[in-house]
Amino acid sequence: MSEQKLTGAQIVIKALKDQGVDIIFGYPGGAVLPIYDALFQQNDLKHVLVRHEQAAVHAAEGYARSTGKVGCVLVTSGPGATNAVTGLLDALCDSIPLVCLSGQVPTHLIGNDAFQEADTTGITRPCTKHNYLVKDVDNLARTLHEAFYVARSGRPGPVLVDIPKDVQFADGTYVPPAEVKHKTYRPQVKPEMARIEEAVDLIANAKRPVFYTGGGVINAGPFAAKLLTQFVKATGFPITSTLMGLGAFPASESQWLGMLGMHGTYEANLAMYECDVMINIGARFDDRVTGKLSAFSPGSKKIHVDIDPSSINKNVAVDIPIVGDCGAVLEDMLRIWKARAKSPDKAALKEWWGKIEGWRARNCLNYNRTESVIKPQYALERLREALRGKDHYITTEVGQHQMWAAQFLPFDQPNRWMTSGGLGTMGYGLPAAIGAQLAHPDAIVVDVSGEASFLMNMQEIGTAVQYRAPVKIFILNNQYMGMVRQWQELLHGSRYSQSYSEALPDFVKLAESWGCVGLRATTVAEVDQVIEKMLTVTDRPCIIDIAVDPKENCFPMIPGGKAHNEILFGPDDSPSDATPEDGMVLV
Amino acid sequence: MENAIEKHTIAVLVDNEPGVLARVIGLFSGRGYNIESLTVAEVNNADHLSRITLVTSGTRMIIEQIKAQLSRLVPVHRVHDLTDEGPAVERELALVKVAGTGDRRIEALRLADIFKAKVVDATLTSFVFELTGTTEQVDDFVGLMTQLGLVEASRTGVVAMSKGPAAF
Repeated sequence: MSEQKLTGAQIVIKALKDQGVDIIFGYPGGAVLPIYDALFQQNDLKHVLVRHEQAAVHAAEGYARSTGKVGCVLVTSGPGATNAVTGLLDALCDSIPLVCLSGQVPTHLIGNDAFQEADTTGITRPCTKHNYLVKDVDNLARTLHEAFYVARSGRPGPVLVDIPKDVQFADGTYVPPAEVKHKTYRPQVKPEMARIEEAVDLIANAKRPVFYTGGGVINAGPFAAKLLTQFVKATGFPITSTLMGLGAFPASESQWLGMLGMHGTYEANLAMYECDVMINIGARFDDRVTGKLSAFSPGSKKIHVDIDPSSINKNVAVDIPIVGDCGAVLEDMLRIWKARAKSPDKAALKEWWGKIEGWRARNCLNYNRTESVIKPQYALERLREALRGKDHYITTEVGQHQMWAAQFLPFDQPNRWMTSGGLGTMGYGLPAAIGAQLAHPDAIVVDVSGEASFLMNMQEIGTAVQYRAPVKIFILNNQYMGMVRQWQELLHGSRYSQSYSEALPDFVKLAESWGCVGLRATTVAEVDQVIEKMLTVTDRPCIIDIAVDPKENCFPMIPGGKAHNEILFGPDDSPSDATPEDGMVLV
Repeated sequence: MENAIEKHTIAVLVDNEPGVLARVIGLFSGRGYNIESLTVAEVNNADHLSRITLVTSGTRMIIEQIKAQLSRLVPVHRVHDLTDEGPAVERELALVKVAGTGDRRIEALRLADIFKAKVVDATLTSFVFELTGTTEQVDDFVGLMTQLGLVEASRTGVVAMSKGPAAF
C-alpha cells in the first residue's frame, strides 16, 4: 500500500485531505493544470475560484481566522504567485496560518526566463514564515506535511510550497502526515515555571495593574480566551487589547476598557500610561500601540508573554519575559494563582478603578449626534444593535471605517473579528468575508468597508455570487480615503492631495449588475431600514451604500510621535504643540 | 551604556538546503543589521549541516534581536554567541598579492616572514602570500603591504570556535 505510486498532483490532493483541508481558494493557470485536473476528479476537497490571487489569500485568511484552522491557497506560477504576495505578507504580519501552493515552470526550465516564470521562493522569502521549492516528487508529500506543521506551530504564519509542473506529473510515493517529523522546528510552547511564579507574585502585589492582550491569545485558540477571561475576572484588573486581540475578553464585561493605541480609548491608553504593572499577553508592543517609545508607560513593571522569543525586548524592554503559548501560560498562571490563594490588593485596586472611571466618564467615543447627516459612528451603532444576539462575523477593510468598527462593534468571542492589522491591506475585507462566510454558511458576515477600500478587490463580488456567499458589504461612503484625508488635515495643511474618491460607481446598480441586492441610505432615518433589509438577504451578497458625513474624522487619536497622555478628542483639539518632526515622518 | 555598539561573533548551525544563506542574508538586509563578515561551508556531510560564522555589530538589544531572529528561521538548528559565551578562537585566512621589484619586494618578503605568511605564488615581479591570523593581524599585514605594492587581497572572513572541550 505504501508503495503505491501517485502523480505529484494526486499527492497534493491526498496530502491536503490528510491535513484536514476542506476548502481551497485558488485560480488556475498553465503551471498548475495537473493539480486542477486532479481536483476535478474528486469531490472531497472544495475549490473556490476567486477573481484575483490576492483575494484567494485573503479569503483563506478569513477562513483561517474564523475557524482556527490552516487556510489553503492554490495559484499558478509567475503572475499567480506575485499577485499572492500581498496576501502572504498580510498573513505573516498578522500571524495567520496558511499554506499556499504555487505552480512553477518545469524544473529543466527554471532559470531560463521561461513563460510565466518567477523566482517565487526568492520573492516570497521575506513574505512567508517559510517556503519550499520541491524538485523531487518523492519529497512532495513530506514537504507538504512539513508546510502545514510549520504554518500552524509556534507563532503561526504563511508557508509557500512551489511545485514545478513536471513534479506534478511525475509518479512518486506518498507518505502520511504521521510519518513526517520536522528536523529543526520545535517552538517553545510550555513556559518556564519560575517565570510564571515571578509574574504571579508581581500581579498579586500590583497597585495599578492592566492587562494588555493581543492576537496571540486568539491564535492560541478559544480555550486560551476562556482562560484569559477567568484570570482577568479572578484578579478584577482592567483589561485592554490591541486591534488583533479583540474578542478574547468579552467587550460586554465592565473590566473591559476598549481597544488601546492610536485610536484606542482614553481610559485604555491612560491606564497603560499610569499603570505600575503591565501584563502583556500575546501582543508585541507595535508602534500603533506604544506611540512615543520613550514615554511609553514610564512607571510600570512589564510582563510579556509571547510564543516568539524575537518579539520580546524588540521594541520595549520588559522585566519578566515569558516564552510560551498564551493558552499554556494562562493555564499555569491561573493554576499558581489559585494554588497560592493569591488575591489582589483590593484597596489599591479600588482606588485605581476610581481613577479609571474618571477617565471613562470623559466618554471619549462620543461624537456629534445630528439628524442632518449620517455619522459613520451612528451607522455602526445601529449595525451593532441589529446584530446583537445574532451569530455574526465582522471583517473590515483598512482606514477610518476600520478604526470605527473596532471602537463601536463589541466582540464577546474570539475568531469573530477579522481585520488587516499589521500590514493594513486595503481590499482585505471582502475576500476575508467570503472566506469566513464559506466556513460559516449560516452566520451573518459583514464586511465593514469604505468606498475606496471596497474598490480595491470588488471583483470578488463575482466569487461571492458564484458560491452564494451572502456577505454584507457595509460601505461607509464618505467619498474620501478618509484616513489619508485625516492625516492631511493634521499634518499637511488640509491639502487633500489625491485623497478624494473621484468617479465612484453607483453601488446599488453595481450590486444589481451582479444579481446582488444593492441598498442605499442617505438620511439618518434610512439607516435602520437598510440594515433591516440587508439582514433578510440570505442567498446572495448585499452591498449597502451608506452616505456618511464626508468630513467626519476618527477620534480619539494619538498623533504619531506622541505619548499616550497626549490624546486628541475631536476636531476642535489641536496637538499640544506642533507635531514634532520625528513624529511627522512616522506613518 | 545601553546604546554602546558591541561587536559579536555568532555561529549558526543550519540545514544545508537551497536558499538558507539567502534567508540569513535577507534577514540582515531586511531588518537593517550589519554584517561585518560572513563565512559558510558544510561541516557535516552526512546530515547536510552547514556552519555559518558571522561577525556583526549593534547595541545589546540589537544583538539579542539578531540572535532571536536567526533562531526563528525554520532551517536553523542552533545559534551561539561566541563573544558572549567566550572565550573563543577566531581566525581569518587571506591571500594577498603584492607586485614590485627591488627593495620593496625584499621588504614585503621580510614582513611576510615576520607575520608567518606563506608564499604560495611567486613571479619575478610579484608574490601571493597566504596568511592566517586574527582579523587584526590580517588588517595589519594588508596595511603594511598597501605601502609595498598591494595589488589585491582576498579574505575569508572570520571562522571561530569556542575554547575547551565543549561542542557547539
